[in-house]
Amino acid sequence: MKQISILDRILLLATGLLAAYQIIVGVEGASTLAQTSFTITFGVLLVAGLLLIILGFEALDSPVVVIVSTLIPLSLSIGLVTKYFAEFTIPYLIFAIVGLLAIIITRYKTPGKAAVMVLMVVHGISGLLIFSLPIVLALRGVTNGGFALVGVGGGLIGIGGMLLSFLKAGKPILSRDIILTVLPGLLLLMTAAFVAGFALG
Amino acid sequence: MEKLKAKVRLYWPLIKSLQTALLLTTGLAGYMSARCPVTTIPTMLGLGISLFLSISGSTILNMWYDRDIDAKMGRTAKRPLPAGLLTPKEALTAGLLLALIGVGIAAAMDAIFGLIIFAGLFFDVVVYTIWLKRKTAWSIVWGGISGGMPILAGRALGTGTIDLIGIALMLAILFWIPTHILTFSIRYHTDYRKAGVPTFPSTYGFQFTRGVIAISSVLAALAMGGAGLGIGMAWGYLRLMAVLSAGLLVLAIATMVNPSERVNFGLFKYASLYMLGSMLLVTL
Repeated sequence: MKQISILDRILLLATGLLAAYQIIVGVEGASTLAQTSFTITFGVLLVAGLLLIILGFEALDSPVVVIVSTLIPLSLSIGLVTKYFAEFTIPYLIFAIVGLLAIIITRYKTPGKAAVMVLMVVHGISGLLIFSLPIVLALRGVTNGGFALVGVGGGLIGIGGMLLSFLKAGKPILSRDIILTVLPGLLLLMTAAFVAGFALG
Repeated sequence: MEKLKAKVRLYWPLIKSLQTALLLTTGLAGYMSARCPVTTIPTMLGLGISLFLSISGSTILNMWYDRDIDAKMGRTAKRPLPAGLLTPKEALTAGLLLALIGVGIAAAMDAIFGLIIFAGLFFDVVVYTIWLKRKTAWSIVWGGISGGMPILAGRALGTGTIDLIGIALMLAILFWIPTHILTFSIRYHTDYRKAGVPTFPSTYGFQFTRGVIAISSVLAALAMGGAGLGIGMAWGYLRLMAVLSAGLLVLAIATMVNPSERVNFGLFKYASLYMLGSMLLVTL
């Protein structure tokens, strides 16, 4: 397996610091639920970055990785829906909770096709939301144009999350070594896009 | 000059520089938690020097007393004392001298500050190392209390009294120390057994030890959060502290549910990062 390099560690540390900064400044005008959701997003990025620095890429062997990589788009999408489409908060929250539980249950009880299907649905919907919502909001002028960067980050995390999730599900889209080579840079880019998007939006 | 350098190279491992630096950081954080955003540079210097000397002195005295068990453990056998690079008399003299100067400076700066520093030294060397370490696994409680003294001392120097926030900060360190020490004693349990030092893994088994680590992680996080609230930390910093605490808790639970050497080592390393991060947040 590819060993973690100094450059990887620097990129992951930068990711962690950016995530920590975003947690501290928070998202302006967000309700408690939205703020909590955004905190979970950046908290997972921060802790995951630190654990990768400490434990190396072997940490990705844990079965928890699938759940964690789903938690980021799910919590971010909850935050966005709650902040900008408050009327859909409850239904989307129910979808997110049920989706997360379904991923956990299928991962441990019925691994195989069912687990991959559930993963595709939950990842797909939450990924699509975090990619498209910020761009649509920026284009419509509801937010400043810079908020579209959150969508760019959403696109990047969608790619990263899918690569990791399918690798863990035993159906890799790219080889493990290629995924591990691009992962630290991808994490930094998407975190930077999120932070910049929230700052400019 | 070369002779002096060679001596320093021999004495340096005796003070466990990383551990000393971490404890020194907690002391400075305790002081800054009371004085932020304005701190007095001369007082900070005095605090730093007195803490560095007394913590180093205390560590050297521990090394001096434990040289026989250090010689039995692979991890510590190459330390200067068991390896015969320094004589016990040299180490004892250095330890006493540093501790005396450190406590002396502290007492001259402030009576309460000096008293707490002395208490830390006494609990660590006399109660923990000399009296209890070879008798009971619970000796780490006293190790934890002495580890909590620098932050309490720093806070007391800043406020002029022992307040609830100082006690909460001390408790946070006290509960954090088992996470740090017990993961270490799991990693090196055969070494400790060989040396005849009772530890939680050898006395109560691994699963119980992991349970203690998880509980102490929760308590450390609660105490740190309570201290943060008491200090009046901004919500953003409290959120970050909660995230770091959640990471500590998740890792502690992971060591119980899916125990492995890697997760155990990860928790050990993360616990140090957690403490450094928390201290940084306290000072901000």
